[in-house]
Amino acid sequence: MWRFARPVAVKGWGRAVIELQNVAMSYGGRELLSEMTLRLMPGSFHFLTGPSGAGKTTFLKLCYAELSPSSGMLSLFDRDVRMMTRDDVAAMRQRIGVVHQDCQFLDHLSVAENIALPLSVSRRAADPKELRELLSWVGLRAQADALPPQLSGGERQRAALARAVMMSPDIILADEPTGNLDWEMSQRLLNLLIELNRMGKTVLIATHDLNLIRTAKSQVATRVLRIANQRLQLAGADL
Amino acid sequence: MRRLFDMLRSEGRGVDRVVPPTGFTARLTLLTAAAMAFLAVFALALSLATGRLADRWADALARSATIRISAPADQIEAQAAAVLAVLETTPGIESFRILDDAEMKALLDPWFGPDLPVESLPLPKLIEIVETVAGADAEGLRLRLATEAPGAVLDDHTRWRRPLVEAAGRLRTLGLVSLVLIGAATAGMITLAAQAALAANGQVIRVLRLVGARDQFIARAFVRRFTLRGLWGALGGTALGMMAVAVLPEADDAGGFLTGLGFTGAHWLWPLIIPPLAALVAYAATRAAALRMLKEVR
Repeated sequence: MWRFARPVAVKGWGRAVIELQNVAMSYGGRELLSEMTLRLMPGSFHFLTGPSGAGKTTFLKLCYAELSPSSGMLSLFDRDVRMMTRDDVAAMRQRIGVVHQDCQFLDHLSVAENIALPLSVSRRAADPKELRELLSWVGLRAQADALPPQLSGGERQRAALARAVMMSPDIILADEPTGNLDWEMSQRLLNLLIELNRMGKTVLIATHDLNLIRTAKSQVATRVLRIANQRLQLAGADL
Repeated sequence: MRRLFDMLRSEGRGVDRVVPPTGFTARLTLLTAAAMAFLAVFALALSLATGRLADRWADALARSATIRISAPADQIEAQAAAVLAVLETTPGIESFRILDDAEMKALLDPWFGPDLPVESLPLPKLIEIVETVAGADAEGLRLRLATEAPGAVLDDHTRWRRPLVEAAGRLRTLGLVSLVLIGAATAGMITLAAQAALAANGQVIRVLRLVGARDQFIARAFVRRFTLRGLWGALGGTALGMMAVAVLPEADDAGGFLTGLGFTGAHWLWPLIIPPLAALVAYAATRAAALRMLKEVR
């Protein structure tokens, strides 16, 4: 199994890595999210559920500062996002691995180059051995030199997850990461996320897949959050 | 300027790989830079040639003057002697001499032909004066001539020298204005091409921001590419422009201004500043466009 070569120093243990206080989010005058209050502690593992259109993706976008809250206070790594410059946001994103639902890539670069992109933008060279191991682990070794448009939906999601964890980030945010994967591959990716969590990473996964949640709960302490009626709730223990 | 050189160094090659090659904007930028550099060479040649012309006219005419003595035949020699006496004692006069009949004939030949009987015509006497560098007081000299030799008229060439020099100066200004306009048009075209490239690469920019790329990193990828295109295009255009100027007819007295349009001596070095200037314009235009557009992507 692929492992991070470098030891991970968990920074700011005891302080929330993501904190929302009474956050609201509006689009075109319509309030999508309101009265959101949450503290995600380092090393925690959370699932985010809710009906389609409830605002899960919007919530995740708030968590990596692609969107700014309409009101309330949002802090990432103990810093208020309203006080962050664009360079601060970029530096903060190097500590957050994001897996999008639509998995966007640079289509003119190979899969391997796309996975190593977070290192490239921070002017660091990828360790070829580490990159090969990561590609093997997500089952994309044979597609390393392929271009992203040549990948299937499931392969794209695996490549997106590999890119998200390439920098050994402190937080991993994943939006339906197993949506296009078969059960076996979903299990492998979940195991990777669980392993990362055991190394001290904070994991937040937005998903509809209750089986995935149940499998994770059997292996690691998780909390399940639910967005309903624009508000964030702690889901019941019956999942 | 140091940032420009840092960016153009080989370490930037990996950076601009994150931007896909775009054929249309690449060709547009190359062509624009080449065409503008070609025009800039001619504007520069015009400006330098008119500058030389203005200097030549000013130099040739600035220190010379003529005194014309028109008087009845029995008085003309006496008045000429009086004028020479005045000139002897006038400060700022380096030399003077009365034009002889042969020289008068040479002056009149173009209008009256070679058979003109100069001796039998009541022509005025002409005295050519060469002033010192400091020059003479023209008004003071006129007043003295009016007293000593009423038929003598001083022509210090100011009346027709000034408009010639002014015209040449304006042509030189026109050449410089043309250079500025060419630079501005180049900046405008490259800005448009850069904006088109940025708009076409919205997904690339979003992905780069998502993985933590700073604005400077993203802008650098675009800026380096456009700066190099501007530089290569301008090098080609400048080389073609210089070749075109080199095959223009040589300057000669018969051709005058038209055959003098070109570079002489060290002036051939001036066009060499066009490619780096074009690169600088491309750098500034693309950087401004990139940073402006990146602000729209969180």
